Amino acid sequence: MSVVEKPEARRGGVTGSRTTRLLGLTVLAGIGLLLYLAFVATDPDATQKDAVRLMYIHVPSALVAYFAFTVTAIGSVMVLIKRSVWWDLVAGASAEIGTLAAALTLITGSIWGRPIWNTWWEWGDVRLLTTLVLFMLALGYLAVRRLEGTAEERAKRAAVVGLLLIVNVVIVNRSVEWWNNQTIHQESTIAEAAIEDLKAFTLFFSIVVGLGAYFWMLIHRFRLAWLERQDERFGLDEAITRRRAEADELVGDGARQGGRA
Amino acid sequence: MSVVELEEVVVLLGRFPALAGASLRVDAGEAVLLQGPNGAGKSTLLRLCAGLLRPEAGSAHVLDSDLVRDRRSIRARVGYVGHQSMLYDDLTVGENIRFWGRAAGVSDAQQRASTDRMQIEDRLFDVPVNRLSAGQRRRTAIAVAAARRPELWLLDEPHAGLDQGGRDLVDGLITDAAAAGGAVLVASHELDRVEPVVDRRVTVAGGVVYEQDPQVANRADGTTPEEPHHVE
Amino acid sequence: MLSEILLVAGKDLRIERRSRVAINQVAPFSILVLVLFGFALDADRATLTNFTPGLYWVAILLASILAIHRSVAVEAGEGAREGLLLTGLRPASVFLGKAAALIAQILVVAGVLLGGVSIFYGASIDDGLLLVTALVGAVVGVGAAGTLYGALLGGQRTRETVLPILLLPVLSPVLIGATRAFGDAMGTVAADGWAWTRGLYGFAALYLALGVVSHGVMMEEN
Repeated sequence: MSVVEKPEARRGGVTGSRTTRLLGLTVLAGIGLLLYLAFVATDPDATQKDAVRLMYIHVPSALVAYFAFTVTAIGSVMVLIKRSVWWDLVAGASAEIGTLAAALTLITGSIWGRPIWNTWWEWGDVRLLTTLVLFMLALGYLAVRRLEGTAEERAKRAAVVGLLLIVNVVIVNRSVEWWNNQTIHQESTIAEAAIEDLKAFTLFFSIVVGLGAYFWMLIHRFRLAWLERQDERFGLDEAITRRRAEADELVGDGARQGGRA
Repeated sequence: MSVVELEEVVVLLGRFPALAGASLRVDAGEAVLLQGPNGAGKSTLLRLCAGLLRPEAGSAHVLDSDLVRDRRSIRARVGYVGHQSMLYDDLTVGENIRFWGRAAGVSDAQQRASTDRMQIEDRLFDVPVNRLSAGQRRRTAIAVAAARRPELWLLDEPHAGLDQGGRDLVDGLITDAAAAGGAVLVASHELDRVEPVVDRRVTVAGGVVYEQDPQVANRADGTTPEEPHHVE
Repeated sequence: MLSEILLVAGKDLRIERRSRVAINQVAPFSILVLVLFGFALDADRATLTNFTPGLYWVAILLASILAIHRSVAVEAGEGAREGLLLTGLRPASVFLGKAAALIAQILVVAGVLLGGVSIFYGASIDDGLLLVTALVGAVVGVGAAGTLYGALLGGQRTRETVLPILLLPVLSPVLIGATRAFGDAMGTVAADGWAWTRGLYGFAALYLALGVVSHGVMMEEN
C-alpha cells in the first residue's frame, strides 16, 4: 500500500519513479525496435503480403486485453474477499487498459480482414465475436465503476461486475464456438512452421513489448487512481471541517456531546 | 444500558460527510428529541441507527451490535419511519400492512393491534396507497413499524402531514415506547409539540451532535471539536 | 425460505395485477417491435418466417429490459428497497422472489409474442415440447440475470441507460441459444435444439446461483 507517500505526493502529483521511467524507456526502445522489425526487417507474407505486419499489433493487443481482464477478475475476487482498496484500483486500471487493447485488437483485426478475408467484419469467427462482446462487457464494467456511492460501495459493485465479466466472456466464447462450430481465424500462427524464424521472433517480441507497455500503463494508471483516492481522503478531512463549521453561528459556544455524565 | 452509543461517527453520503464526528448516547427508556436546521444531519443519524448506513469512521453501537461490523441483525428490531413511506404505491393499505407484517414475521394479531392503535379506518384497507393523503400514508407507515414492537424507535418528522388526532397518536406512541423500556429518537422541527413527550433534547448541526442540557454544556471541554480519526 | 420467496414474488405479481404494466405496456411494446421488424424487412413473408426465431428473441430481450426496469422501479419508488432491508428478509429470498415474479411476467409477454409471430410472420411450430422447454429455460436465464444486474443498479439515477449496456452483452449467449433452439422447433434452422436447450438451462442455473450468492452485496450497497 505504500506506493505513494502522502502529503508531498498530493502536491507533486507524480506517478513516475526511477523504475517506471526505466520501464517506460525500455518499452519505448522496444517499440522502436518492433517497428523496425515489423516494417523493415521482416518480409511480407507470401499470401497475406504486407497485411501480415498487422499481426505484430493485433496479437499482442489481444493477449494484453485478455490478460488485463484476468487481472481485473483476480482484483475483483480480492476486493470481495479482503475488501482491498489496492486491488480495486488495480482492477479498474487494468480494465481501462484492457478495454483500449480490446478496441485495438478489433480495429487491427478488421483492417487485416478487409484484404485477407475480403470483409471488414466476419460473423463466422469465434474469437472475433468473443472479443467484441468482451469489449462491450468492458464498457459496461467501466460504466458501473463511474456510478455514484461511497468508495466502498463503488468497489463492491464493480467487483461483482468485474468477476461476472470474465464468467460471461467464457460463456459467450463457448456459445459462439458451438454456434458456428468453426473458426476461420488464423491458427496460433507461432506454432506453424510456415512462419520463418525472424517473423516468429518479431511476433514473440511484440508480445513482450505489449506486456511491457501494459505494465507501464497499469502502474501509472494505478498510481493516478491512488493519488485520486488519497486526494479524496484529504478532501474528506477538509469536508469534515467545513461540515462542522456549518454549526458555528448556530450553536455558538454550545458543546458537542461526548457522552453524558 | 445504552441502546444507542455513537462515538465520533463519520457517515458519508457519496463523498459528503453528512455526519462529521457525531457522538450520542441514548439509554433504554429514554426519548430524545433531535433538533437542528435542515441538512444538519438528523435524518442521516436516524438512518445510521437503523443500520442503513455504514459508519466511515468512529464507533457506533446500536442494540449492542457494532454497526461497523454488522448492520443487518439490528434492522428488524428498530422501528424506522423516514421521509419516504416505504409502502408500495400500487398495493392497498391492507395489502401493504399484510406484506410488511409477514416479511418482518409479525403475527396478524399484532398487525391488527397496531392498525387499531393508529386508528386506520377499515374502509381504507381496500384503498391503494397512491390514493391516500400524505397524512394517511404516514399513519400507515407508522402502523407498519409499530407492528414490529421495535426496541428502538427512529422517527423522522413523524408529525409531518398528520392531523391533530394523528399527532396525538404519535405523541402517545413515543411516551408509551419510552415507558415500556424502549428508546426513542425523534427528529422534529415542532419543538413545542415534541418537547413535552421527550426526556431531553440535543441539537444536530454541521453533522455533529451538541448537548443542549445547560449543565453539560458548561462542563464540556470547549467549542472546537478535535480532528476525527479515520478508519483505514 | 420458500415462504419468504413466495411472499416477495406474490407481492410483485400483485403489484402487476393492480398496475398492469407488463400486460398493458410491455406486451404491446413487444408486439410493436415485431411490427417494426415487418416494416424494416419490407414485409417479405418468407424472410420474416425464416428469421422468426431471431426476431422473436430480440423482441423478448427488449421487452425484458422494460420489465426489469419496472421490477427495480417498484422498490425504488417510495423507499421500499430500504423497507425490505429493515424486515430481516434474507437477501437470497428477495432475489429469488423478485426473479420468479419477473420470469412469470416475461413468460406472459413471451406467450403473447408467440401469438404475434404466428399471425404476423406466419411462423409454425414443429416441435412444441422443445419450443416450450427452451422458452422456459431462456426466460429463467433472462429473469435471473436481469434481477441480478437490476439490483446492482438499484437506486442509481442513471440505471435506465446503464442497464441495457450492462445486460444485453451478458444475455447474448441466451439469444444465440434460444434462437437455435427455436429454429429447430420451428424447422427453420438445422440445429440440435435440445442441446442448445440444455445450454440455456445451464445459463439459467448459473445465474440463479450467482444471484443467490451476490444479492446480499447488491442490496446492501445501493
